[in-house]
Formats: sequence, C-alpha cells, structure tokens
Amino acid sequence: MSDSTHDDHDTKPTGLKRWLFTTNHKDIGTLYLVTSLIMFFVGGSMAMMIRLELFQPGLQFIDPQFFNSLVTVHALVMVFGAVMPAFVGLANWMIPMMIGAPDMALPRLNNWSFWLLPFAFTLLILTFFLPGGAPAGGWTLYPPLVLQTGDSFPFLVFAVHLLGASSIMGAINIIVTIMNMRAPGMTLMKMPMFVWTWLITAYLLIAVMPVLAGAVTMLLTDRFFGTSFFNAAGGGDPVLFQHVFWFFGHPEVYIMILPSFGVISQIVPAFSRKPLFGFSSMVYATASIAFLSFIVWAHHMFTTGMPIAGQLYFMLGTMLIAIPTGVKIFNWLATMWKGELTFETPMLFAIGFILMFAIGGFSGLMMAIVPVDYQYHDTYFIVAHFHYTLVPGSVFALMGAAYYWLPKWTGYYYNEKIGQWHFWTSAVFVNVLFFPQHFLGLAGMPRRIPDYPTQFADFNMVSSIGGFLFGASQLLFVWAVISSVKGKQKAPAKAWEGAEGLEWTLPSPAPYHSFNTPPKVD
Amino acid sequence: MAHADNSYYIPHGSHWPLTGSIGLFGIMIGASIWLNGSGIGPLVLSIGFAVLLFMIFGWFRLVINESEGGQYNSEVDTSFRMGMGWFIFSEVMFFAAFFGALFYARGIAVPWLGGDSNNFFTNELLWNNFTATWPTNGPDDLGGKFETLGPWGIPALNTAILLTSGITLTIAHHALQKGSRGILSMFLAATFILGFIFMGFQAYEYIHAYQELNLTMESGIYGSTFFLLTGFHGLHVTIGATMLVVIWLRCLRGHFKPDHHFAFEAVAWYWHFVDVVWLFLFIFVYWL
Repeated sequence: MSDSTHDDHDTKPTGLKRWLFTTNHKDIGTLYLVTSLIMFFVGGSMAMMIRLELFQPGLQFIDPQFFNSLVTVHALVMVFGAVMPAFVGLANWMIPMMIGAPDMALPRLNNWSFWLLPFAFTLLILTFFLPGGAPAGGWTLYPPLVLQTGDSFPFLVFAVHLLGASSIMGAINIIVTIMNMRAPGMTLMKMPMFVWTWLITAYLLIAVMPVLAGAVTMLLTDRFFGTSFFNAAGGGDPVLFQHVFWFFGHPEVYIMILPSFGVISQIVPAFSRKPLFGFSSMVYATASIAFLSFIVWAHHMFTTGMPIAGQLYFMLGTMLIAIPTGVKIFNWLATMWKGELTFETPMLFAIGFILMFAIGGFSGLMMAIVPVDYQYHDTYFIVAHFHYTLVPGSVFALMGAAYYWLPKWTGYYYNEKIGQWHFWTSAVFVNVLFFPQHFLGLAGMPRRIPDYPTQFADFNMVSSIGGFLFGASQLLFVWAVISSVKGKQKAPAKAWEGAEGLEWTLPSPAPYHSFNTPPKVD
Repeated sequence: MAHADNSYYIPHGSHWPLTGSIGLFGIMIGASIWLNGSGIGPLVLSIGFAVLLFMIFGWFRLVINESEGGQYNSEVDTSFRMGMGWFIFSEVMFFAAFFGALFYARGIAVPWLGGDSNNFFTNELLWNNFTATWPTNGPDDLGGKFETLGPWGIPALNTAILLTSGITLTIAHHALQKGSRGILSMFLAATFILGFIFMGFQAYEYIHAYQELNLTMESGIYGSTFFLLTGFHGLHVTIGATMLVVIWLRCLRGHFKPDHHFAFEAVAWYWHFVDVVWLFLFIFVYWL
C-alpha cells in the first residue's frame, strides 16, 4: 500500500484542507485554542454590554429582555465556548508530548470533536436574530421559564446537544490517549499533574455531559410533545430539572477548574526550581474532589425547598470539598517555600490564581452554609463567587498555561514586558470588577437584572469601570501571542530553566508529530 | 503498508468528520424550524439526514478498508476498544438521566403532590383530593384516563427474546474465534432477526397503547417516562440491530479473523448494553 494512505511523518498538508481535515493533535489544539480565544472575546463583549447597562441605575442602553439574553448567552459562550475548549486545546497540544506519544489515540474523532463546535455556536448565536430573541432564562435553563423562550428554544437545545457530543468525543479521546499511548516506563504515578487532572476531568465529562443531554431532551419534549417531566399538573416537578441539571452542573464546575489545577501544578514547580511538594497527595486530592463533585449537587438548590436532612447532607458534603482543595493550595505554597523563585509571566498568573481562586473558594464555603445561603442565593454575591473561581481562577490558569507553553508552540518567546503588563492590569482590574460585587450581593442586589435601586449605584459604577479596563487589558494578551508567533527571541528546547517533562525534550517549535518512536522514561 | 508494532500509526486526514458535522447541522436546523412551524423543515431535516447517512457509509467504508488492508496494529485495536467502552459508559449515563427522572417522580414528586413529607398544604390548597399512586398522570389528569401495559404479556416475551439474542450472539462470537464461519453467520443472523422481532412487538405495543389504552406521551408523568425510556431504548435496539446486519454482511464477505475482529466485539458489547438496559426497563417500568 502506498504512503498516501497516511501522513508521512514530516510533511503536512497545506492550505485550508490542512485545517478542515486535519488529524494532527497540534493543528486541532491550535484550532481549539484560537476558537476559544475568539469566543472569549465574543462572550467578553456581551459582558461589556452588561456592565455598560449596569454602569448607572435606570435603563439606558438596552431593553430588559435583551439584557437577559446577554446574561444567558454570555454564560453559555464563556463556559462552553471559551473555558472548556481552551482546556481541550491545551490537552490536545500537550498530553501527547507529555506522555511521549506521537499524537492522540483517535485522531479523526479528535477532528470531529472540534468541528462540531463552530456549528454548535452558529446555532447558538443565530438565536439573537430569531423571533423572540436569544434564550433569556439564564444558562441554567430552568423550567418553566426557559419553556417560554421563543423560536430560539429548539436551537438552544440542539446547540447543547452538539456541544455535549463534542465534549464526550474529546473526553473519550483524552482518556484513551492517556491509558493507551504512554511511552514505555511512563507509569501512571509518573505522569505530569496536567495529564492526571485531565484524565480525571475527562471521566467527569463522559459521566455528566450525557445527563445534560437527557435534561435538555426532557425540556424539548415538555415543550413540543406534551410530556410532563417538569409539570406538576401531570405529576412531574420543575425541581426535577434542577436536580438533573445540577447533577451535570456541579461536576461541570470541576471540569472547568481541575485542568487549571494541573496547569498550576506544572508552572509553580518550574519557576520555584523545585519538584512539586507532594505529587501523590495532589493526585488523591484531585480524585477526591472529582468524587465529591457527584454527591453535592443540591447545594445549588437550598432555597428551592428540600427536607432538612437533605440540606444538612448537602451542606456537610460540600464543606468536605474544602479539604482536598486545601491540600492543593498548601501543596503549591509548600512547593514555593524556600524555592529559587523567579516571576516570569506564567508564574505571576499562577500566583495570582492561587490567591484569587482561594477567595472564590472561601466565598463558596460561605454559601455552603444553608441558613447563610438563604441570604446570598441569587444575589451578586454568587456572581462574585463564581467569577472569582472562573476568571482569576480558570482564565488566569489558561493565560498562565499559554505563556508557559507558547515558546514550545511557536519556537519563540513572547514579549515579556507585554506579558507583565497583561498580568498586572488583569490582576488589578479583575478585583476592581468583581470584589465590589460581594458587597452588592450582601446588601441584597439580585443577579440578572438590568436596573437597580440607587443605593447600589456606587459599587456598580466601580465594578463597571473595572470591567471595561479588565476587558481592554485582554487585548494585551493578543499582542503577547502575536509577539510570540512573529517572535524575535528564539526559544531553546527547554524554554524555562526549571521546567521538567518530556515536552521540553522536543525542539521548539515542537515537530509536527511529537514522538515517532516511543521515548524511554526512567 | 503494515506498521511494525513498535512504531505508531496515525491515520491520514479525512473530510468525513466535517461532513458529519454538516449533516448534523442540517438535521438540527431542519428539526428546529419544523418545530417552529416552518414548512421546509422536513426537507432540510431530510437533507441533513441524507448527508449524515452518507458520512456514516463513507467513514465506515474507509475504516473497514484500512482495517482489512492490515493497517491497524494492536495499539490501534486497543484504542478502539477503550473508545467503545467509554462510549457505552456515556450511553449508560444518558439512560441514567431518564431513570433518575422516573425514580424522582415515583419516590419524591408524586408523593409530595399527594401531601407527603412536609407538603400537607401543597396537597390541601393546590391539588386537593389528589392521592399519590403509581401509575399516575398527575393531579390534573393530563391526557385523560389510561391503562398501562402489564409486564407478563409481550414485555416478558420481549425479555426472553432479547436474552436469547444475547446467547445467540455469544455462540456466534465463539464460532468466530474457532473459525466456524457457517455457525457464525447463522447465529449472527438469528441475533438480528430476534432484534427485529423485538422491535416489531414494541411497535405493536405502542400502537396498542395509543389506540386502545389511551396511554400516550401526554399521559402525565407516567406516559412521559414510559415513552421516553422505552423510546430511546427502542432507538438503540434499532441502531444495534442495524450494526448487527452490517457485521453479518461483513462476515459473509469473509471479514474478521479469529484474533482480530474489533468491530464484531464492539457491536456485541453494544448489543449486551441494550439488553441490560431492557432488563432495567422491564423491572422498573413494566413490572414494579
């Protein structure tokens, strides 16, 4: 059989076909990363409109229905379009290199899991132009409100189906790659932390994305085919949706944070020039968090009503998560302790992550307490909480990962000065943006409203100013990426002095196929 | 070119994934505008479905040719096996969502509507005179009075049929491993014929339910859980039986070796999965 049946190891197809038909993990990783950056700015511009409307009390710029649509689609785009695909992009680029494989285990499936995304987002964004506007019931899609969505309702459901299918395929590929493609000698407990966290994340994805698909399918049949899953008149219950949704939704939040833990566990040792303080405790902590994530979902629903025993159970179960999370935080701190620290951009983002993710973690602990949650539920306090975990949490980890591995991807260092500016502006303005929202929430400002009493005016204005400046700061990231792509300063194979791992044994930029023959791992 | 076992195999690029995405996109746009009342919805849906079928044919033909051409080494085989296993796990979780809805409705939602736990006033003020029972179509009697399908008629027969099909499939698998091709194709044919008989009975039951028992999807929470659980199961049986037909045709063409037949095993796993789901359906939907 001729060579044309598979890629020769050093050649790559050219032009558009390379990107449309590719089976290469680096090409697909790049597609994921670029897509997620675009979606980050799409979702970000929605956030800018939200903060613009909230700059002052009163209705100034957009009507309330459109405001609700912006809130809903901003969340869907950021969760499914920015954060999740960015981590899958990192997994694609890095996992084969880190475990000594040539590529992902199922390369064509890999292509498909990416090429579902543009179609899913076309379906979702299209809804802005349909009668009745884009979905406006919040990203949690609670019935009966979501059932009042206009023509965009089936588009929303099918977009979620496509996104779920894409995630499941991507996750299957990642698990199979890790379990089957490791180089000889790369035992499980020798795998880099980033690979470990992704292995566990992929398991979460396969377990919960089908449940979300089931939940939205029930919404679809309730709306169009007369079923009564969420209709009390027929013996169903709207609260059932909340249970099914959060059975997906709670593991989902760990899907967005566990790979961040992996990234931080790569960066901190590299710039502390010390190995990770406790590798196996980190693995067990990750697995514990993943396990606990399946059995605490109803802490999202304390105010919807449940028996007191249920409330106690979900409160205590949720608090348990603080233990493995604390193990992680102290692990990173102990890694830095007495290390030879330097503060290049990836390290700054990692330290920023540790500090500010902890703030998000603590506010989560506050809301785990049932009587306290009654006060905080659906206020700006919860908005502040999950934005602390997701923005200076997941997004900072993603930024740190990009700075850390850009020299490996492009072969050139990014402009360090721009990176430093990007970090410091982001770190300052993200706090100006989200910290006042804690006060707004504690004072009783509800989330998801376009207008508010004048008593909330000052903090909202501060938050909006922080928001605009944080948004503008992210343009520096684009500049930094371009500075690496069009780079001046060549990066050696081992781009960072203290970096460890198989990916740093490959030249920079990494060859098209990572390892043609398995490397030996001692 | 056959690959030595110590080097890696990377398949070449392919347009099939993108074609599949376009097909799914067509299906979803078509279904959406149809549900919104557009007349061209069914047409768009059909075009999308045709593209998807084209993709399925094309992609599988490509993979089958590569496999029969000896391109897949044992590492690729292991990747396929693991991938199929995790795919079936994702299917299990999909059904878990609907079983969860069933258990929640029976164990919590319906009793609460009837005043259980601390819901005395819910029952007293909102749904007065509603007594929690199962089956139920809810306090508003949605869809009107209905009867259910008992377990010991056709459902029990269907259970026997699916369990038998699991046995015939296993006999076929052993025959494949021993190289007895005649027994292989005979028992494989028996398996999918049993699958189609099962589907015939299910179709008959659905018609019976709709026309004579007034049991429909609109029959409250019972009808909702009954038709979505058995409906998605029936869809999976149809897909599984179709896959059985495909590997049967491949067997007739001399595909598969005693030690190299991933596709056969993947379909067999899928069939057993569908079988196990049915057992849960029989117990929790029809029987208890």
